[in-house]
Amino acid sequence: MDLWNVLFVAPFADMIGSPRFLLEVIIGGLLTGVMYSLVALGFVLIFKASGVFNFAQGAMVLFAALTLVGLLEHGVQVLFALAATGIIMVLLAIAIERLILSPLVNQEGIILFMATIGLDFVLRGAGQIAWGSNVKPLDVGIPDKPFEVAGILLNSFDLFAAAIAAVLVTVLAVFFQKTGVGRALRAVADDHQAALSVGIPLRTIWAIVWSVAGIVGLVAGIMWGAKSGVQFSLSLIALKALPVLILGGFTSVPGAIIGGLIIGVGEKIAEIYWAPPFGGAIENWFAYMLALVFLLFRPQGLFGERIIERV
Amino acid sequence: MTSQSGRQEAAATDAARPLLTVNNIEVIYDHVILVLKGVSLEVPEGGIVALLGANGAGKTTTLKAISNLLRAERGEVTKGSIECMGERVDRLSPNDLVRRGVIQVMEGRHCFEHLTVEENLLTGAYTRRDGRAKVRADLEKVYHYFPRLKERRDAQAGYASGGEQQMTAIGRALMANPKMILLDEPSMGLAPQLVEEIFEIVETLNKKEGVSILLAEQNTMAALKVADYGYILENGRVVMDGEAEDLRQNEDVKEFYLGLSSSGRRSFRDVKHYRRRKRWL
Repeated sequence: MDLWNVLFVAPFADMIGSPRFLLEVIIGGLLTGVMYSLVALGFVLIFKASGVFNFAQGAMVLFAALTLVGLLEHGVQVLFALAATGIIMVLLAIAIERLILSPLVNQEGIILFMATIGLDFVLRGAGQIAWGSNVKPLDVGIPDKPFEVAGILLNSFDLFAAAIAAVLVTVLAVFFQKTGVGRALRAVADDHQAALSVGIPLRTIWAIVWSVAGIVGLVAGIMWGAKSGVQFSLSLIALKALPVLILGGFTSVPGAIIGGLIIGVGEKIAEIYWAPPFGGAIENWFAYMLALVFLLFRPQGLFGERIIERV
Repeated sequence: MTSQSGRQEAAATDAARPLLTVNNIEVIYDHVILVLKGVSLEVPEGGIVALLGANGAGKTTTLKAISNLLRAERGEVTKGSIECMGERVDRLSPNDLVRRGVIQVMEGRHCFEHLTVEENLLTGAYTRRDGRAKVRADLEKVYHYFPRLKERRDAQAGYASGGEQQMTAIGRALMANPKMILLDEPSMGLAPQLVEEIFEIVETLNKKEGVSILLAEQNTMAALKVADYGYILENGRVVMDGEAEDLRQNEDVKEFYLGLSSSGRRSFRDVKHYRRRKRWL
């Protein structure tokens, strides 16, 4: 009876007791969720177009952030540094296509996955060899001021991050749905061979996708880096993207966004209202548990492409 | 220099110059498996040529050698040459070949399942650089030949019926504005009525659009009806070739591939062993 009360009555009573606080928690969760979405987006792009689960996405985020910070430290102007990092990410994508994807074309998905694990280590190492392994602050001039709207505490940085994510997603959605290259990307995602047969150059497409994922990684790196400093642990947020992907579906851009938001909000609410009976620190494993539940009932995720089976 | 221009002139005057010449090619998969052991064939401009033979005879491999999809499957043309409009094309990428007007419709349709029928068709125009208006016009042309696709344009291709998928695959190839289509087993898994419909459309496309077609088929009868010329492959070799009409009348073809014989239907068991083992060479 006591357990029942603690799990199913008290938390809801708390929520109803102070709706304003609940709202603050939800908004806080949404804004964290946006950051998760940004990382998950990189995964989705690559998975969609090449069927590769890119384990190195986290390392790409770290690598991009480290490069940007490194350039800034050398006194390069913010805009130049951003452009240069973007170019480096594109070059990296082309190198990955040349050195990893091309030789492994037509191999099993698991082999490509293993290759990306290798890539993960290489990128982390390379980033740290080039730019050092200290925790570095990243300041790209995004205002970080708390302010209050209707009694709810907000942070301008979080709002900025949300706006960036929204713009990014809109641009990507238009790119995928409305342009010829976007269509070709989706075609490649469906059937490599058929794409090849109608004259879509796979290698170019892969280089494009990895470039886009690199740029998305850069944006995620900037956001996370500005929030919590650029450090080794940045590459671990990739692990947080995993439950987001399971929730939203590996192949859906909107899924990555909504999945991220759900995980963000769920985590915060669980931490605030349900942590006491579990002895705290729910936040770290809540997302994975949610993902597990989803795997049981809806393995393709909320928005994942349904596996088409004609009867 | 002079001899080259002379040759070009000679070629220009020769109207029946083959569009595609496959010259004694040998194909090896994975560096060890010899699949084609010297295949030669020609496709004249505006012709329909059938490539016949049983499972594993090398029909698909021949087509893939031409369209160069082989390399993605670890196959390689190790001997011989492939020429298209007088130029060697065996080192080109599939992308380059599509640009030159040679496109393959793969066996088993291979539509992009999660794209709509119309998006599928539009992917065929990926290599084109002649403007949106022309692509639109060609899309309408494809809908004219395949009215059923127009009805289903917004449906996901994965949910289209087998016949519609085959039409989508052919229409998609047409969108590349090809000179030549390598059509691999369009009858696979389709009802006889649909097979007839599709072969009729193929014939119309050939007559009206002037697209040359190299057709690989197991359905010998259907293929020889539309084709002008045929090659029969067996174990990676061309064992017989001739005008489609002659092949249809040929006793051996009748017996081996059409299931007919002069003495009426017979069980395969009753055919004498040496007769069954007979080869064309």
